[in-house]
Amino acid sequence: MGGKSPTFGSSGIVAREYRPRPDFFRAACWLASWFTVILILLIVGTIVVRAWPAIQQFGFNFITGTQWTPNREKFGVLPVLIGTAASSLLALVLALPLGLAISIFLSENFLPPAVRQAIRFVVELLAAIPSVVYGLWGIFVVIPLVQQYGTLFCSKLGFIPFFQGPAYGNSLITASLVLALMVLPTITAISRSALVAVPPTLREASYALGGTRWETILGVILPTAAPGIVAATILAFGRAMGETMAVAMLIGNSQRLISSIFSPSNTLSALLANQFAEADGIQVSALMYAAALLVVLTLGVNMIGEAVLRYTQRNVAGLS
Amino acid sequence: MNRTTLAAVVLAATASFNLSAATTISGSGATFPAPLYLRWAADFHKANPDTTVNYQGNGSGAGVQQFIAGITDFGGSDVAMKDEEISKAKHNVVLIPATAGTIVLAYNVPGVKSGLQLTRAAYIGILVGNIKNWNDRAIAKNNPGVSLPNLPITVVARADGSGTTAVFTGHCSEVSSEFKDKVGSGKSVTWPVGVAGKGNDGVTALIKSTPGAIGYVEFGYATSNKLNMASLQNKAGKFIVPSIESGSTTLASVHLPGDLRAFILDPNGANDYPIATFTWLLVHKQYADAAKAAAVKAFVNYGLTTGQATAPSLGYITLPETVVKQSLAALATVK
Repeated sequence: MGGKSPTFGSSGIVAREYRPRPDFFRAACWLASWFTVILILLIVGTIVVRAWPAIQQFGFNFITGTQWTPNREKFGVLPVLIGTAASSLLALVLALPLGLAISIFLSENFLPPAVRQAIRFVVELLAAIPSVVYGLWGIFVVIPLVQQYGTLFCSKLGFIPFFQGPAYGNSLITASLVLALMVLPTITAISRSALVAVPPTLREASYALGGTRWETILGVILPTAAPGIVAATILAFGRAMGETMAVAMLIGNSQRLISSIFSPSNTLSALLANQFAEADGIQVSALMYAAALLVVLTLGVNMIGEAVLRYTQRNVAGLS
Repeated sequence: MNRTTLAAVVLAATASFNLSAATTISGSGATFPAPLYLRWAADFHKANPDTTVNYQGNGSGAGVQQFIAGITDFGGSDVAMKDEEISKAKHNVVLIPATAGTIVLAYNVPGVKSGLQLTRAAYIGILVGNIKNWNDRAIAKNNPGVSLPNLPITVVARADGSGTTAVFTGHCSEVSSEFKDKVGSGKSVTWPVGVAGKGNDGVTALIKSTPGAIGYVEFGYATSNKLNMASLQNKAGKFIVPSIESGSTTLASVHLPGDLRAFILDPNGANDYPIATFTWLLVHKQYADAAKAAAVKAFVNYGLTTGQATAPSLGYITLPETVVKQSLAALATVK
């Protein structure tokens, strides 16, 4: 504080507000925001530096190689990349119809607002359940179901590609079923906000032109909110790809190319979680390389998702 | 309380206070002997309240790395350190066999109890994926009277790198050239068939929850979880029931070289259980801190002597006397 005693009265206050002085709050915010940026760069940097020996040794073959055999120092992550993509996509296929239905239901006035609020809360609460609990639930509930019906499914529908047996309890489909539940809140929450953000004038216009509620939802509301729903899907995809604990407990942890959705598989994150502790030498670098791929994939997918979301918000804002 | 006793109490109190420059030593490594080491640590602390021993079972690989990096005072490993690792530790390391155990093939086949007899051809065939169903003739012909169901076999392996895997695949590669070609040996291998779980407990859980499963786990885990275990054919052609006794028989015939590193790939004895291993404690030859050196020596000495008696109750094998002697001699060189 300066030596002058503050003078009260309108002119005095104005004079104090305009006196230049260091803005500590702003500096702290500036530092904190740059700190997060630097932190991400440091993390990515460390991973790449540690991965460098493997990047030099295996190069692009790391991505196209189908053998992950640490005891022979051969490292290829194609089966694991496919497992990552397949489990996440399958989870989306399962979760999207359900999530979209829930979000439409919650954004329309079928139910009193209080009840809608309660349902919305419960769905979003799914995101608060720890991953390991989903994993345990999967072990005790989903695995026995898949074991029981998987074999039946394979024997009846074995002619369809990717449905051949033998059916394993710990398999791609088991992981995907649980992942679907885990990404449901992401899809529901973002889709719902996109649907709610559709300007009421559009809905009224549709009704005024004689549209039924069904026609309005399908023909006006959904197309308007579509980019938001796409963003929700992409963000859910990113979340599914990065999910570790539940997947490691359910997917069967096999680094073989999958032939069926009932085959055991693996994902990048589960591979890292399982093998890091005991790895040494070039295997550490290979795992770091895999981590770098995972970071690139999830950062990429999340950035695309965020970009689409921003684009939507700008567009919808222009409509109202 | 008269004056002399009071003086004695005060004297005793100050004396113990002077001695109790409480020492904490910490170690990490192999999960396989972790239950036993933790028991030793607890019992040792009870007998020597001034010394606290911490052991974290985070895997042999991590144990060796943290020991080399100087993060821990001692390490635990199921596979003896490699020469390059010893040179990384600047040769300031002594490997001391601390306990031993066997690895069993445990299974979950409805209607089949413990004691299924598996020939070498049968268990290797299962592991490499040539034998796919429990009613296969290769299994059935050595098990008359056992009704084997028509059930697909699910092989359960370790997803994480592990000393257990190294010992198990080392044995399999020794007895079968097909296994050596297709899988090979090491802490982390790729299995041609089946699923994998993390840790001995993860494998145990998978075996329990999957009808038709067969997998390799440490004997202690298999007994405490009441898994059914196969009798394996040894080099002499006999089927050996996994037990503390058959494991001790195997170890008794092992001759440890001067550096106390030995790999039991396929024992020769007629009654030897085929898959057994020592597990090692890694200690420094020379500690910077004299108090720590004394504490580590006292703890390892406790484990090698009094601690051996607790081993069988947890499913581990008491070390043969000759090995204990060699271990104690090695420990004596620690400063």
